[in-house]
Amino acid sequence: MSSAPSSSAETSGPPSPAVKGSDPPPSPAELAAGLREVGYLPGESTALVCYLATRLGKPILVEGPAGVGKTELSKALAALLGRDLIRLQCYEGLDEAKALYEWNYRKQLLRIQTEAAGTGWSDVQEDIFGQEFLLERPLLSAISSTEPVVLLIDEIDKTDQEFEAMLLEVLSEFQISIPELGRIEASTRPVVLLTSNNTRELTEALKRRCLYLWLDYPELEHELAIVRLHAPELPETVARKLVEVIGMVRELDLKKPPSIAESIDWARSLVLLGAQDIDAETFTETMSVIVKHRTDLDVVAERVGVKLTALSGTSG
Amino acid sequence: MTPAAPRGAALYGGLPDPGAPGLPARILEFGEELRREGVAVGTSELLDAFAVLEELDWRSREDFREGLAATLAKSQEDRRVFELVFERFFFRSVEAAAVREGVREEGGIDAEGGGGEINLDTLRAQIAAALRDGSEAAMRDLARLAIAAFGRQGEGSGVIGVDVQRIRRALGLRSEPQPELPPEDPRHAGLPREQLRRFETLLRRELERAQIERTESLPPSRPLNELDRALPSGPLQDLAAVHRVVAQLRRRLATQGHQARGRRRHSHVDVRRTMRASLETGGVPVVLKYRPRRPRRPEIYVLCDVSTSVTSASVFFLSVLHALHDAFRKMRSFVFIERISEVTDVFARERNFRAVSEAIGREAGVADISGYTDYGRVWSEFRALVEDDLHPRATVIVLGDARTNGRDPRADIFAEIAARAGRTFWLNPEPRLYWNYGDSVIAAYERYCRAFECWTTRQLEDFVKALTRPEDLGAAGSPR
Repeated sequence: MSSAPSSSAETSGPPSPAVKGSDPPPSPAELAAGLREVGYLPGESTALVCYLATRLGKPILVEGPAGVGKTELSKALAALLGRDLIRLQCYEGLDEAKALYEWNYRKQLLRIQTEAAGTGWSDVQEDIFGQEFLLERPLLSAISSTEPVVLLIDEIDKTDQEFEAMLLEVLSEFQISIPELGRIEASTRPVVLLTSNNTRELTEALKRRCLYLWLDYPELEHELAIVRLHAPELPETVARKLVEVIGMVRELDLKKPPSIAESIDWARSLVLLGAQDIDAETFTETMSVIVKHRTDLDVVAERVGVKLTALSGTSG
Repeated sequence: MTPAAPRGAALYGGLPDPGAPGLPARILEFGEELRREGVAVGTSELLDAFAVLEELDWRSREDFREGLAATLAKSQEDRRVFELVFERFFFRSVEAAAVREGVREEGGIDAEGGGGEINLDTLRAQIAAALRDGSEAAMRDLARLAIAAFGRQGEGSGVIGVDVQRIRRALGLRSEPQPELPPEDPRHAGLPREQLRRFETLLRRELERAQIERTESLPPSRPLNELDRALPSGPLQDLAAVHRVVAQLRRRLATQGHQARGRRRHSHVDVRRTMRASLETGGVPVVLKYRPRRPRRPEIYVLCDVSTSVTSASVFFLSVLHALHDAFRKMRSFVFIERISEVTDVFARERNFRAVSEAIGREAGVADISGYTDYGRVWSEFRALVEDDLHPRATVIVLGDARTNGRDPRADIFAEIAARAGRTFWLNPEPRLYWNYGDSVIAAYERYCRAFECWTTRQLEDFVKALTRPEDLGAAGSPR
């Protein structure tokens, strides 16, 4: 059989170098500091739960409204721990073949065809069900990786319950059974994050295996810090006002309240426009950055626009 | 172990049995208390909690709480209950221990002395500043000062809630702007509501502490009431909550068919696409291409009672209806009192909930003579309206209290409708206790459909959950 230089699953590669996959920080405070260094400002519980997850080797189930930095958190964790991020985006109808592994039928077929004559079935069978013909999907590559990784299972609530059940083996034992090859066990423990937008109740069995972290819209000062971090050119006063306005908008009954990502986008566009203040005019012009529904636009223009006019009327 | 005779027990609930000593016992009691409040805490969760505490410096209150929360409370609702129970549980056990050990606070709230020297205006300004900056520690100290300063004037009323409000008013803390104050005063622009609430909680806590010290016993522990455990919400957020639940409902209805059909993931091979794909492998069809499975689109008929007997519920129902319209394309909705009227158009035209309810009140014209519901007539009219369109893939949902005002329920027509439609559900806004009392004839209809009690978003959620359990649907017991 031809040599397989790139096969990665069970090869006894060199032990992971110290530079990559550095040790997890020894305390929640240091983990928080580390996250801040890589550009993510964690809330108090965020750092703590991440710390616990690295210590206990348990997956984290992160829930919260869209755009509060659930996915960002895992990127930041990967950067902090110096690990690769493997991401599995969930969707309706996701199945094992897409998430775990699949046999590379084409390659198997070609193999059979090229050696069609003169080889017995048993030889071929041994050949074609080897690592070489296995297509690794995210979960398998996270498990079989020789270096520890961060595994992000994004929007788990979009899949069906059968898929959740399949995840249980992976998440609690960190192993995958492949009938033809046997069991593949994780040589290193990945840090696993599952995110959910709470569109569907997850099963108790899955929740039981996870630590739970609820991410909400941050408090004013916290969000201000985030905006300042991502748009440092924006004057402090404008940034403060921006965050206050965002807070006002979130209090309205909207289809889609603005997320942190949208606050940042808005801050950046204000920088581009060189705005020195958020008055009613600037607001109506740039409102579409933070509000993205036709009906929401009307509500926001009506309610917040008026307040802004009143505010600028009294203060200046 | 015999519990020590509680001091002052008769007065005020007394001291609980101290139980086994040590932190593990406390954590287990805490888990027990969470279970009592309906949080599903399993043994594995408790084991996790202990594992977490090994990793943490649990002398830090924040870390301790967050660590426990991450392992014990696994949804937002649970988390909310957790916070309340945590506060109550540890406050009570600390106070119980303090009374038992005879620990008293030096110069506490009861101390008469300090009150006179405190400059009230400075105190007001300091508290307002602390509220604005949101520093918890400063707020706690100031709460104690405030009680010392104001709480003693004319003695406490004995009712903690009244005292809290009295002190808050005396401090002039309001969320509205107070333009008569100088602009540098933080109260000038109004104080953040959230901070005000936190300050009130601290006041309440300190007053309770003082009361426990005086009486040397704990107030009786009460289960959380529905109001506390519900997420903080105004009417508008309620609407949002209904929308959220209905979004779940949509997913459930859309995926329902697949579960019932078993695990046959693909049924049809797409020959054309398979042939094309086989070119890659020299004409051997290695990769089979399937026709995509399209989730069937649910067709929904909703009938909503808007008569006076359900006035309080009908706003809720209309908001459910509104949310359903937002979520489903193929949906027809009807409102009825004495007669039935289709309002699908109204929902299609008006996006705003308030406009919808006004338009329905104006145009539907369902209360002809008496304004009392006539279910028999409604069924026959409904049957006439949709007879040809009903088919086994349709879902019929009735929102109503099944109070016929003594008229003939005509359950036979309802049975016919239920037989034609695939599934029929009844959401009743009355507590189950009142069903079949007086003129309620829900039992007559319940034989042909599944009836749910539904007057809060939580129950609406239960209904949505029940929809996903096919065995339940099978056991609905409709003798069609």
